[in-house]
Amino acid sequence: MSARPAPPALDAARVRADFPLLAQSVHGKPLVYLDNAATTQKPRQVLEALDAYYRTDNANVHRGVHQLSERATAAYEGARDRIAGFINAASRRELVFVRGTTEAINLVAQSFLRPRLQPGDEILVSQLEHHSNIVPWQLVAEQTGATVRTIPMNREGELVLDALDGLLHERTKLLAVGHVSNALGTVNPLDTIIAAARRHGVPVLVDGAQALPHMAVDVRALGCDFYAFSGHKMFGPTGIGCLWARESLLEAMPPWQGGGDMIRSVRFTGSEWAELPYKFEAGTPNIAGAIGLGATVDYLVDIGMDRIAAYEHELLAYATDALRGVPELTLVGTARTKAAVLSFTLGSIHPHDIGTIVDAEGVAIRTGHHCAMPVMEFLGIPATARASLAFYNTRADIDALVRALARVREVFH
Amino acid sequence: MDLRDLYQEVIVDHNRSPRNFRRIDAPTKSLEGFNPLCGDRLTVYLTVNDGTISDVAFEGSGCAISVASASLMTEALKGKPIAEADRLFAQVHGLLTGATDAAPEGKLAVLGGVREYPSRIKCATLAWHTLTGALHGADRPVSTE
Repeated sequence: MSARPAPPALDAARVRADFPLLAQSVHGKPLVYLDNAATTQKPRQVLEALDAYYRTDNANVHRGVHQLSERATAAYEGARDRIAGFINAASRRELVFVRGTTEAINLVAQSFLRPRLQPGDEILVSQLEHHSNIVPWQLVAEQTGATVRTIPMNREGELVLDALDGLLHERTKLLAVGHVSNALGTVNPLDTIIAAARRHGVPVLVDGAQALPHMAVDVRALGCDFYAFSGHKMFGPTGIGCLWARESLLEAMPPWQGGGDMIRSVRFTGSEWAELPYKFEAGTPNIAGAIGLGATVDYLVDIGMDRIAAYEHELLAYATDALRGVPELTLVGTARTKAAVLSFTLGSIHPHDIGTIVDAEGVAIRTGHHCAMPVMEFLGIPATARASLAFYNTRADIDALVRALARVREVFH
Repeated sequence: MDLRDLYQEVIVDHNRSPRNFRRIDAPTKSLEGFNPLCGDRLTVYLTVNDGTISDVAFEGSGCAISVASASLMTEALKGKPIAEADRLFAQVHGLLTGATDAAPEGKLAVLGGVREYPSRIKCATLAWHTLTGALHGADRPVSTE
């Protein structure tokens, strides 16, 4: 027994009050928002930070000597410090602001990987990946004559790692893997995967888009080389995200995009790049977005990621039991370790029909291939319905989903 | 917005028991249609004699709206001249996109319920675009995107 008392459990009703959007009706029914893996809602504290920035501090960063520019720069760089701390980066120089996970991965593909690839080299990705962690590697493979290979998965939605050592060899130039599967909720065993890559000297990129909203992430403890994530999936604004990378790697990488703010000096005989992380931030950045993401991190720290994870763990168990009680429902993705994502099919009823009918009951879920067509192809299904939870969801939301699914079965009796 | 405008009895019935849901072994024309956004995929088969559609069938997988629309389409087309198929396509397309209020005669009018659900319109038009592609010599699969 630990001597220290556990922190009080998360009070979902109280945090829910922080999210103004949730208090509305759609089609005359109270909104039940269960599409958090697509995007999350934003707390009042984040909306206020965006509003305050534009109302009182708006100016371009890193340029002006005037008061507003100094305030905007301080807020923008302060956000970087807090976000870097949130994921336990070694230094603020390791945190590059980008548009989102997709841009972060493309940056690594073009700036880090492309110069290192020779024809016949390999990039290893998992079968579980979102398209954004597949297509940038296909593009760079096409540009260089390299090949994209895959770590297989099983029917439960877990990666099959028995053969991993055999897939890693001297021609493998990068391993790219998701932390949490957006389609199935699987939490991948990064410790095992990264340890294997290390044994073979292969750098690792982790797509963390679906992990940050659910759990505490410590990039140094993970031991990966690149970690990419999006603000909007973790209760922050759209159009802002981060690439974390080891400083030594970023130092060695050429700039990806050129423009203002990323240079030390520009001459027609040649330009010099700015120091990290600005070398990778060409042009006026999404200042408000970064400040909003900083406020998001403050909000999450205040609640506590461990409390969020504990609450969601319990809610996922409740939801899993509840959905298993729905006749003809099959859960798709039953990995031993999962985040709060429930993909499912319902008899022969197509997921799009499920989505439309539950929407009429006020319940927002995602239907389709979830930008993970290789997962669907492997499972032999065109699509699933997916309920993805956040810490502001409650058991009542799950009960509403179950009632709405009964209505689906009624329509198709 | 009433769900029963979308999932009318005729739609539910044609989804449960699609008509002409089969392959034609030696069709005059056939074409695949694909909706990449939702993964709906079907193939339309046509036997055409002297400008008349003597047989039409389809197979594939999709949501209730796309399957029922394809099924209703095959029912409406059998025995009709190609010009009549073109006229029906224009009518159904107009009905679904809101370009015209003139509903096609008969059962096809039930497709009008889809109009209130913009995200589902492409489900209903998939079979029809595939038909038009097949009749007028598209050389590759039809895609809604």
